[in-house]
Amino acid sequence: MSKLSLKTEGEKYVVVTRRFNAPPAAVYRAHTEPELIQQWMLGPEGWSMPVCLNDARPGGKIRYEWSNGKGAGFHLTGEFVELVPPNKIVHVERMHLPDPTPDNHIETTFEPDGEGTFMTMRMTLPDAQTRAAMLATGMEGGMETSYVRLENMISANAELNKMAS
Amino acid sequence: MDLNAAFSAVADPTRRAILARLAHGEATVTELAGPFQITQPAISQHLKVLEDAGLISSRVVGTKRPRRLSKSAIDAMDHWLVMLRNALEKNYERLDEVLAAMEQTKKTTKEMK
Repeated sequence: MSKLSLKTEGEKYVVVTRRFNAPPAAVYRAHTEPELIQQWMLGPEGWSMPVCLNDARPGGKIRYEWSNGKGAGFHLTGEFVELVPPNKIVHVERMHLPDPTPDNHIETTFEPDGEGTFMTMRMTLPDAQTRAAMLATGMEGGMETSYVRLENMISANAELNKMAS
Repeated sequence: MDLNAAFSAVADPTRRAILARLAHGEATVTELAGPFQITQPAISQHLKVLEDAGLISSRVVGTKRPRRLSKSAIDAMDHWLVMLRNALEKNYERLDEVLAAMEQTKKTTKEMK
């Protein structure tokens, strides 16, 4: 059973929820302290985040750089809008692939849930097209590998269909 | 198939409703236009977007062109969303471990005091 839920809402929103077995203060720290972020925000196996700048105050800058150790990489930049430790982070981010994607406005809340935390990450994209592009290209953490795998799968599927007809 | 076009195509509520109707089986433009308060040309325009995105296909039966869902396209989109979810879930599984280690460090520090 996956504890993660990822849903689209209306035209411009993507909402991700998940529960953690740790109090909001710890989950908040793991989202704002670079040495903790570098241990988990990595995407597929084999990727690392050699650069993690996270100036957690309103107006503070964010810069995450990912690398697969084989010359491939991309980065994300952003700015913090509002921080209410340990319950809320509002920030804006964009991926550089290498052209910057439109701004993704993200509000993340950490609510106490028993002994743990219920996280809700609400992303607001400028419009339906941008959301579509984000979902199609993957959101974070080196999704290219998966994308290539998917393309292979689709072309394999097309071949099979051709053979069947 | 262009996933980008596919996700753009399903961003529209009318087009999602058309796909939902087609999930029940093949239908003609007239049948599809039935439940909507929009003209047949408007429906045809939506069908064109869905067809260009590879989500539906059509065949010719006499003077009619019934539309049907393209199963491989829908499967590919489903598959993509599952992979996206899995990649995020992998991140959060690592975060679970980080949080457990933080808790352990806190306990050890307390015991040392």
